[in-house]
Amino acid sequence: MSDSHASALAHHFTDMDQQIEANTLGMWIFLVTEVMFFSGMFLLYIIYRGAYYQEFAEASHHLDIYLSTTNTIVLLCSSLTMALAVRSVQLGQRKAAVTFLFLTLLLGLTFLGIKGLEYYHKYEDHLIPGSGFMYEGEANPQYAQLFFVLYFVMTGFHGLHMIIGAGVVIYFIIRVWQRAFPPENYVPVEMLGLYWHFVDIVWVFLFPLLYLIGGLHS
Amino acid sequence: MTHHVVAIKVYLGVFAALMLLMAATIGAAYFDLGLINNVVALTIAIAKTSLIMLYFMHLRYSSRLTQIFALVGFLFLVILVAFTLSDYLTRGDFSTIAPTLGNPYDPLGE
Repeated sequence: MSDSHASALAHHFTDMDQQIEANTLGMWIFLVTEVMFFSGMFLLYIIYRGAYYQEFAEASHHLDIYLSTTNTIVLLCSSLTMALAVRSVQLGQRKAAVTFLFLTLLLGLTFLGIKGLEYYHKYEDHLIPGSGFMYEGEANPQYAQLFFVLYFVMTGFHGLHMIIGAGVVIYFIIRVWQRAFPPENYVPVEMLGLYWHFVDIVWVFLFPLLYLIGGLHS
Repeated sequence: MTHHVVAIKVYLGVFAALMLLMAATIGAAYFDLGLINNVVALTIAIAKTSLIMLYFMHLRYSSRLTQIFALVGFLFLVILVAFTLSDYLTRGDFSTIAPTLGNPYDPLGE
């Protein structure tokens, strides 16, 4: 262990390798609990999807495929910029890191904006579950409503994770700008990256399950 | 080992692959394959997840212990879904097992 590591190394770790390993493992344990958190909702979705197969397929046609495809592209781009931000910190390129983090933030906010627009369209179409829910279609409105309950809960929790992520990205933009993360202490930024990519993965599953299940044919 | 800097080319390649897979999953939705549609969509989603985890999340360059922890999360997910479905799917007609919902405009049937 060299002296340059001394500031980044917490006193309860033997060396940087041990600290990095502990941090990474801890973050992954947190992400596993997050996987379990979303698992419950996915399980609920799978069961009701199986039970009301046609109704869910029909209800999914009321979702906007163009906006959601755009959002998928936006989120995948944000994962790329986040990965590049981590790489820049590893290489000590502070300005590049700030730029990539800023791009990630912009893309994240774009995602949230488009998501908000989608929610607004659902509000206009009276597709928000509750007393104002009005469904026009062949399917039993109650089953269609169930689909929209799952839609709002799952995308809502995903959106909440995006909002928290965007907040943390802002914090990291400031800290990276203040030179808080030299190359030997890049791991905090890496942890932010892990979280961001995890949220991306949740969307990778939400997109086909919610938007594509009804098929785009016919 | 943990301080592995991945080449930009690799990130861009993974990003391109993710975009292609996204196009594939949308393209597949245009074909009516029945239940196969679900299998295709989930297979592509798992492929995308693997790419993100291996390269963007650096799991490929992580220690074996970290890799095991990451996989265990999905193992629990598989246990959760498989055991629950093994119950639901062996009780007969799926659609009659889920709670029956009434008319939303007249929930009490009055």
